[in-house]
Amino acid sequence: MQTDASPPRPGMNRREAIRRIALLMGGAMVGSEILLSGQTIPGKTAAGFTEDDRALLDEIGDTIIPETDIPGAKAVHIGAFITMMVADCYNDKQHAVFMEGLQKIDAASRAMNGKTFMECAPAERTALANALEAEQRAQYAKKAKDDPVHYFRMMKELTVLGYFSSEIGCTKAVRYVEVPGAYHGDVPYTKGERAWF
Amino acid sequence: MTEQTYDAIVVGSGISGGWAAKELTESGMKVLLLERGENIEHITGYVNALKAPWEIPHRGRLTNQIREEHMAATRDSFMHESNANYWTNELECPYVEKRPFDWFRGYHVGGRSLMWGRQSYRWNRFDYEANAKEGVGVDWPIRYEDMAPWYDHVESFAGISGSLEGMEQLPDGKFLPPMELNVAEKSVAARIKAHYADSRRLIIGRVANLTEPHNGRVNCQYRNKCDLGCPFGAYFSTQSSTLPAAVKTGNLTLRPFSIVTRVLYDKDLKKATGVEVLDAETKATQEYKSKIVFLCASTLNSAWVLMNSATDVWPDGLGSSSGELGHNVMDHHFRVGASGDIDGFVDRYIYGRRANGFYIPRFRNLFGDKRSYNRGFGYQGSADRRGWDREIAELSIGAAMKDALTEPGPWRIGMTAFGEVLPNHDNRISLDKNTRDKWGLPVLSIDCDIGDNEKKMRLDMMNDAAEMLEAAGVKNVTPYDSGYVLGQGIHEMGTARMGKDPKSSVLNKHNQVWDAKNVFVSDGSCMASTSCVNPSLTYMAMTARAAAFAVDALKRGDV
Repeated sequence: MQTDASPPRPGMNRREAIRRIALLMGGAMVGSEILLSGQTIPGKTAAGFTEDDRALLDEIGDTIIPETDIPGAKAVHIGAFITMMVADCYNDKQHAVFMEGLQKIDAASRAMNGKTFMECAPAERTALANALEAEQRAQYAKKAKDDPVHYFRMMKELTVLGYFSSEIGCTKAVRYVEVPGAYHGDVPYTKGERAWF
Repeated sequence: MTEQTYDAIVVGSGISGGWAAKELTESGMKVLLLERGENIEHITGYVNALKAPWEIPHRGRLTNQIREEHMAATRDSFMHESNANYWTNELECPYVEKRPFDWFRGYHVGGRSLMWGRQSYRWNRFDYEANAKEGVGVDWPIRYEDMAPWYDHVESFAGISGSLEGMEQLPDGKFLPPMELNVAEKSVAARIKAHYADSRRLIIGRVANLTEPHNGRVNCQYRNKCDLGCPFGAYFSTQSSTLPAAVKTGNLTLRPFSIVTRVLYDKDLKKATGVEVLDAETKATQEYKSKIVFLCASTLNSAWVLMNSATDVWPDGLGSSSGELGHNVMDHHFRVGASGDIDGFVDRYIYGRRANGFYIPRFRNLFGDKRSYNRGFGYQGSADRRGWDREIAELSIGAAMKDALTEPGPWRIGMTAFGEVLPNHDNRISLDKNTRDKWGLPVLSIDCDIGDNEKKMRLDMMNDAAEMLEAAGVKNVTPYDSGYVLGQGIHEMGTARMGKDPKSSVLNKHNQVWDAKNVFVSDGSCMASTSCVNPSLTYMAMTARAAAFAVDALKRGDV
């Protein structure tokens, strides 16, 4: 049987695209089987954080990006992602602001709703998050260049990054094609169609 | 001939070294290609090239560990999590910054040809004449006419896509079909063309990505992951292009992990006899002999090898008799331009990830225009609809924000200028014998800065960008100058410049070291000025030209 070694087509799924690349390369793709296994990084709590921190960040993330007709941030293990990013990528100053923020958020929740963030109902969480977002925007607008950003800005930024670059984000919230195969600089767009990752 | 004797030794396997190896082996010479770093195999060595975004743990962001190992390289945005392994570990290979200098290195087979930006432009005739006309630096010993056939030669093999424009300041070449400007870029291009009566033009970038199959290589698949290595071989790199050609001749020996510590020099013959190599893994030292040596180790490192060689004859190194070796370090200065919003086109979008942008060729100090500074600049940029990482002023958190971010945002355009840097004797590198690398070798001390000419030019680079975008109807135009230190352009040039006179230059017009005519230097070190266009295509052409000369000279018994 003739093996189809034509270049990958636009819109082709990733698995098929990688197979095509392997064939185009004369089967030289050592490791393509690993790539095809479709592994995702399991959600683990990073060093320096507790399971409670991770659970809290899952809920904060899900308040920022809730489940709609497509899954929300909790479904992509956003708490684990955020703890990993803070542990591995933040500098000492940013790290301190973030860890302090984890404490402050419950204090803010008690002040507004009379209970911890985890104890709040979704509507109460949203109200608090909106207040914190307003607070961080006000701070961001007047902060000096080298000052760290507000902890809620960190949480939101990492939630948006972790969500949209996750498998669910790339394939359900927006669109991602591994091998586009072509570039078209003027295609019709109808409102409601998903953006490209 | 023992197995350690070759016709030619090529030091470095990046863009220039790959070309030297290809041209020399194809002429029948037995070539030893030495690379200081590890081998990265074509396709199978590109470990992250086929990973989906979600398979990259930190989604491309730099970790603290990467920052620690790459202190200078992380000051700019060329490296990211997925290709950090391609950039040199600065803890193992430090350098000394007398004044701030960002040095981006790739120590592995292929060098920076794996991570390069691939923009490929010919120099124009004014570029080769400017030093002489202005009395700056030394006159180039060659002119555009000397280089034109070699540009043809390297473009035809490498595969450069681009549009024919007929612009004297940006000579056309042997191009594959151009990539496409998108709908928003086309509208800006049309308005710039009209506003400036065609004296300024926005064109699609000329890029070393194939737009159709070429020399057995697959065309670009528009993944825009070039800097991870391309499994299709769709852009020019040593691995995809010159190395396979050299291997095919049966005349090539590639030796990775081979740090060339010096060129062996015979003072009676006044010629090199080979090189000394320090094995990066075993730390053993070995000599390899050859009739000619090509130094293509990158601008700063080729000078390092020369400065570390023949010090018993010349204390400052082989090729130092003019006093110019290691001097005149240049780069392209950039990180200055403008950006803004483009209204409309909300019913238009793009498909595919184009690994290229637009280019606005130089228009300053040409065709009667005269500024308060010398030379000029070009712009690189692109327009696209904004993505999920945009901030939406009226939406903070929750389902409404999430839904909005799943759709493309408004169109935005941005561009940065790349400006010419003048040669300046005071911009120099030297050996710092008090600081040693992992192998105990002296490191480079770098002492450079931009001068008044560049500073004056930067004002135009910013204001002209803003003016053109305004003229094109772009809204909320924001000019910017993010600051610049030499090296950030990753276009280092000039440490062993060519010239007409051995008293003021290191190399002659055939890239031969005046003090040792069988040593050729054809990477960025040889440049006597920088033009404002990206330099790699010129290194390719220069290397092919020098290799052809070397082969002929060897046949004549003239080296």
